[in-house]
Amino acid sequence: MASSVTLLGHAVERSEDPPLLTGSARFVADLDRPGMLHAVFVRSQVAHGLLRSVEVAEAAAMPGVVAVFTASDLPLADLPEWPRGEPPRAELGRPCLARERVRFVGEAVAVVVGSTLSAAVDAAEAVTVDIEPLPTVLDPLDALAERAPLLFPEHGSNEVLRQLTGAAGALDGSEVVVRGHFYNQRVAPCPLEPNGAAAWPAAGGRLDCFASTQAPFRLRAAIALALGRPEETVRVVAPAVGGGFGAKGGVYPEQLVTAALAERLGQPVRFVETRSENMLAMCHGRGQVQEVALGARRDGTIVGLEATMVTEMGAYCWRGPVPFSTSRIMATGPYRIPKLSLTSIGAVTNTTPIGPYRGAGRPEATAMLERMIELLAAELDLDSVEVRRRNLLAPSEFPYAAPSGASYDSGDYSAALAKALALLGYEQVRAEQADRRQSSCATELGVGIATFVEISGSGSEYGAVRVEPGGSVVVLTGSSPHGQGLATTLTQIAAGMLKVPISTVSVVHSDTALVPRGVGTFGSRSGQLAGNAVAHAVEEVLEKARELAAVELEADPDDVVQLEDGSFAVAGVPSISLGLAELARRAGGPIGAEWDFAQESGTYPFGTHIAVVEVDTETGKVELRRLVAVDDCGRVVNPKIVAGQVHGGVAQGIAQALFEAVRYDESGNPLTTNLADYAFPSAAEMPAFELGETETPSPRNPLGMKGIGESGAVGAAAAVQNAVVDALSPYGVLHLDMPADPERVWRAVHEGRRDGQDPFSSSS
Amino acid sequence: MTGAIASAELSYELVVNGRHHDVNGALAGESLLYVLRNRLGLPGSKNACEQGECGSCSVLVDGVLVCACLVLAATAVGREIVTVEGLAGPGELSDVQEAFVENGAVQCGFCTPGLVVAVHDLLGRLPDPSELEIREAISGNLCRCTGYGRILAAIDEVRRRRLGELP
Repeated sequence: MASSVTLLGHAVERSEDPPLLTGSARFVADLDRPGMLHAVFVRSQVAHGLLRSVEVAEAAAMPGVVAVFTASDLPLADLPEWPRGEPPRAELGRPCLARERVRFVGEAVAVVVGSTLSAAVDAAEAVTVDIEPLPTVLDPLDALAERAPLLFPEHGSNEVLRQLTGAAGALDGSEVVVRGHFYNQRVAPCPLEPNGAAAWPAAGGRLDCFASTQAPFRLRAAIALALGRPEETVRVVAPAVGGGFGAKGGVYPEQLVTAALAERLGQPVRFVETRSENMLAMCHGRGQVQEVALGARRDGTIVGLEATMVTEMGAYCWRGPVPFSTSRIMATGPYRIPKLSLTSIGAVTNTTPIGPYRGAGRPEATAMLERMIELLAAELDLDSVEVRRRNLLAPSEFPYAAPSGASYDSGDYSAALAKALALLGYEQVRAEQADRRQSSCATELGVGIATFVEISGSGSEYGAVRVEPGGSVVVLTGSSPHGQGLATTLTQIAAGMLKVPISTVSVVHSDTALVPRGVGTFGSRSGQLAGNAVAHAVEEVLEKARELAAVELEADPDDVVQLEDGSFAVAGVPSISLGLAELARRAGGPIGAEWDFAQESGTYPFGTHIAVVEVDTETGKVELRRLVAVDDCGRVVNPKIVAGQVHGGVAQGIAQALFEAVRYDESGNPLTTNLADYAFPSAAEMPAFELGETETPSPRNPLGMKGIGESGAVGAAAAVQNAVVDALSPYGVLHLDMPADPERVWRAVHEGRRDGQDPFSSSS
Repeated sequence: MTGAIASAELSYELVVNGRHHDVNGALAGESLLYVLRNRLGLPGSKNACEQGECGSCSVLVDGVLVCACLVLAATAVGREIVTVEGLAGPGELSDVQEAFVENGAVQCGFCTPGLVVAVHDLLGRLPDPSELEIREAISGNLCRCTGYGRILAAIDEVRRRRLGELP
């Protein structure tokens, strides 16, 4: 096994895998304790209404029931409006258990605690919730209309966020203006493991909480705040976590209630969502209406972009501000768009709250721009590749100050585009398409391109490294991986730089009792922030070791060098050397260092994804034939892990483009509440992906890394959507919202929409 | 099922991974998944949808691949049950599990136990499946992390290895 810096860039096998493969890894639902109680939530079955009464007496008297709580018996502070307004708008807080009013189907109203799960489930059925229904509002544009039913009457409007970026007149000087009206549909994150939490009183008055979370430190702070306890009396552990995709990055009411129950009852309590609950109670993603105009000169040079993005918040202004703000920041994408006039609005509706889901605003911005590029190309009768080439930022333009205020770090966008076109064989596919169109074949071929840039790695992260006298190396990270293979990545960085075998390195994470501080894993941040924190800590360890070696070898520290085998010697005298463990032994204890790494601002991964689809115009079925993804995430530590992230993201992008949509009926009853009704794709629907990469290091961190967790979902959805529209262009179709399911496609073919309006658009 | 039967407590014996287990005081309506996880201390099989859509709870009952969430535990009396915990000896990985590591087929790992059982079933029944047969065979095992590509690569590697096409 390689044991030097050459470890960086190698496809080292993941150390995480064996326990997951053998079933010995422990997720929240697998944790057991003597006397474990089970919490089951009673949820609103009404989308909007006044909560008249919650009758719990019958349920509380049932066998096996320990307690039943409503908001009045379990007072917990609301989850604050986020980001906190100035001044804070207390009326927008999200209660842990509903009081006075319910705002979406699935909102927790009461909680039943039983000695067995079945007792708690049965008793939850016996709780009578009396709700006086109110008119509902589901569509974000309807929510903004005058006289719309108000979710927060004290607030006076369903508009909870509004931000203007740029100035009016963005289209001034345009020779041509194309317009679009798009809906980036609401989807469900669907990690295979639903939300769950378990908590119990521990020794010394500490409350131990285990949660399926991406951000244990954030949850610890929220639990401490909700329960009025000092943070150091709360321990949060994320055990094995079965996927999160952003949806487990926030704090959920059910987690706080579970912690409160354990504290109140003095016993272990566990709560695990059913899948149907998960489809209601876990945040949904996307959900953005876009009204867009792109101005250009006749040669295809973009002059300016004018847009209104209305982001659904769902029932609360809770985590929806993440996609609201990220779509704003990335509004001009990889293009030189000198003038921007953007209105961003957040609207509450009687639906499950929106939150970050893989991409979180980036896919919305990318789909918007990539559709507009296609509309512009069609208007000017140019190949859209040519329109992209004319407007992509050039390598010489970095760092680039985007009109949104973003500062892009580095990139060679045209190189990624060129590589993807070459991998695809663009000219051949276009030739095949032309032949197909000449024939009378009912199956049309479509090619769709998405050229994109996204943002990753904000904030700071903690890392520490300790070389033990016994030779083992312990790495601590404040991040909280849940499937990304971060422990392996950090092991490679530490082992590579220390020049020790990877088998000697262990990584500690996701336990606030073992790691002093940290943030978590989301926003494609962990590789670069946790990785660079560890790299800095290693450098400090090496510096300390050099100084120790200098004393032991009676040399000047400047004359001491680290040899290829990791030991230290006086330059030119390699025969007398001291290993790290030996130095620790001589020093009488571990050699350690810690580091909090933050970069001046985010990093900007980019790439080009191209999809080829076949569309059966008689049935409307879309077959994805090829998906080429060229990604650039700066320096790569583990190509296998990076490819895995691309694969997963691309699959979720394809899923949004072709299959998935959360649907409600007109009263706000959810229609997609399980994995039969929600079109989660299987292996039968996914093609093989063709991956390529370019490597443009980021100047913003020493390792040159950028994030790769979300790019797949950012590019692929737009590429596939463009491919479907391209296939249908002979039918006069200029736009089709996602998902391109058979009915939508069939209608487009048969209605030949030539106005750029989607036949299904919820707000057209 | 009437309330009386549903609440009646049953005692029976299950054979799981070659070991006999006494189940006492179980309700008739308990699924095999519930009994494995909550009564027998075998939480390797996962519960992700409780309606047979996701395959995370896949186990073998008398050699037949089933979703343990859809099987009543009491109907599995006298049958050979194999779960993910029984695919390899303690501290060992089966060839399928090893190929999953080598090919990067695991990410969060929640669907993985069920998938591994399903792959053992597939390659036990069909030593040389086509790509279509492989995709169909695992189409009942949903994975949100991987996009399936690396899983397909792992399966193909085991197939070739077992056929002697790979060392």
